[in-house]
Amino acid sequence: MADRGFHWLMVLCAFSIFGIVILIATELVVRSQMTWKQFGLSFFYRADIDPTTHLPWYWDPVNGHFSALPFIYGTLVTSFVALLLAVPLAIGLSIFLTEMCPRVLRSGLAFLTELLAAIPSVIYGLWAVFVLVPILREHVNPWLTRALGWTGLFGIDNPTGLGYLAAAVVLAIMILPIISSLTREVMTAVPHSQREAVLALGATRWEMIRMGVLRNARIGIVGAVILGLGRALGETMAVQMVIGNTPEIHKSLLANGATMSAVIANEYAEAVTDLHRSALTELGLALFVVTIIVNALARLLVWAVTRGAPTQVH
Amino acid sequence: MNTGEMTFRSRLRGAADHLVTGLAIVATALVILPLVAIFVYLLYKGASSLNFAFFTQMPKPPGELGGGMANAIVGSAVLLGVGSLIGVPIGIGSGIFLAEYGRGTKLANAVRFTADVLNGVPSIVMGIAGYALVVVPLHRFSAFAGGVTLGIMMIPTITRTTEEMLLMVPNAVREAALGLGVPNWRSVLSITLRTASPGVITGCMLAFSRVAGETAPLIFTAFGNNFFSTTLKEPIEALPLQIWVYATGPYEDWHRLAWGGALVLIVLIVTAVSLVRWVTSRGVLKGAS
Repeated sequence: MADRGFHWLMVLCAFSIFGIVILIATELVVRSQMTWKQFGLSFFYRADIDPTTHLPWYWDPVNGHFSALPFIYGTLVTSFVALLLAVPLAIGLSIFLTEMCPRVLRSGLAFLTELLAAIPSVIYGLWAVFVLVPILREHVNPWLTRALGWTGLFGIDNPTGLGYLAAAVVLAIMILPIISSLTREVMTAVPHSQREAVLALGATRWEMIRMGVLRNARIGIVGAVILGLGRALGETMAVQMVIGNTPEIHKSLLANGATMSAVIANEYAEAVTDLHRSALTELGLALFVVTIIVNALARLLVWAVTRGAPTQVH
Repeated sequence: MNTGEMTFRSRLRGAADHLVTGLAIVATALVILPLVAIFVYLLYKGASSLNFAFFTQMPKPPGELGGGMANAIVGSAVLLGVGSLIGVPIGIGSGIFLAEYGRGTKLANAVRFTADVLNGVPSIVMGIAGYALVVVPLHRFSAFAGGVTLGIMMIPTITRTTEEMLLMVPNAVREAALGLGVPNWRSVLSITLRTASPGVITGCMLAFSRVAGETAPLIFTAFGNNFFSTTLKEPIEALPLQIWVYATGPYEDWHRLAWGGALVLIVLIVTAVSLVRWVTSRGVLKGAS
């Protein structure tokens, strides 16, 4: 009797996880209905011109005009630039840790990267506001404008140092640990016989890593990168603190922008109308759906590689 | 006749090898650099702004010097207490289900996958969920809403670590208990869970330290409060929320307090993470089995 009771109690606990996820999904759908009815799918792509000022007109809560375009743009731009910065570093770090590093250093360095993952978002933001942004403003941004200004990507002279690039750099630092730890996992899952076979053919260490390790682990590495992307898309506080928070679209990475998560953090508590809150909820729903798809895809890829492999090869 | 070409190629290969080794080392240095920079700067700025008043005094009105974060520290404790009350039992319960009852079943796989999904939901979306599920029905921002949101966020981590730790308990231990005629539920609670308890506790600490630094889910659930409050019905301040407000504020003394708060948070988190690593690397279950 007590046995069955206990069993069902544990099943109930497990089912509550389903319940929570379903509850979150239904609440998000129900509370974004108002925006959905009014704008439909065009909420995500409309780009209107303000009739009086003739400037782009995206997000105007007071006049009830909503378009998610600048936030989607900001989220995508910051996430992809962050990946561009983080992925080579993460793969370099993983190669160093799994193939080259003396054993003494390995666990220490791995622990340090784990610590990077544990630092709260708001502390990254704090550090970015007081250390990173001044460095970008004084040294990096002027140089980028001078050297690469002709591409148009580093054009606008933004005296604050905030903007897409600052957000992307913080994001890169934040997603590095997750990408590198998963990459390390799939690389250690490659059987040693693969390495030995390539070495036996007279390959140098780099050729061994390229042909024996990276080629076998590439699907898992792609999975790790996608998981990092999932993190970057939903990251809120650090981005909100350095992106400048203006609902505009700029080609220049040095300009102020906004992301989906940042605008929710900024405006949700003080939404001016029900429609405004509903529009913000729809942004949340979009983030929810996208992160679920991205995470599921990434897990599938990592799982495909590490499945059946020895868990610890040291 | 090919030897000249061969030596050139082998030299090229050797150079490529050295180049990649160098690049890997540079990449490692570039990863370690920001971490060290963050820690050193945090210690330097935080230690100089921490004093007794920081822990005992209330925030001063904007622009005035001094004051502390007593209300935020107590508020964080209240929020994390409520969160743990919700997250720990449900998390451990579902972990027990996965490891003891559902092993290898489709249902267990579905639970595991849903827990991973929940873990991947951005924290800001969890904030919206907390707002919709608790703040709207009760018509107010409250410490309770913030605690519930944090509790939900703790569940996946605790579930997965509890499952992992229980799976490490050898089957012989379970069989021994059952062989003595102990009912199954007693065997799970007093034998299996007890054997794995150091690991389960560290899993809870990991989840705890992770939500301790969360800001985004609290902005529109706990909302923040400039005054001292411990009641669950009222809005409440939290350490990460206060850090956020102070870091983005215009006053020099606010920035000082933000660094102090950040140091307190980081010390808490680093302690938890190091403890987790120490316990798991020691192989908690070796002595017990």
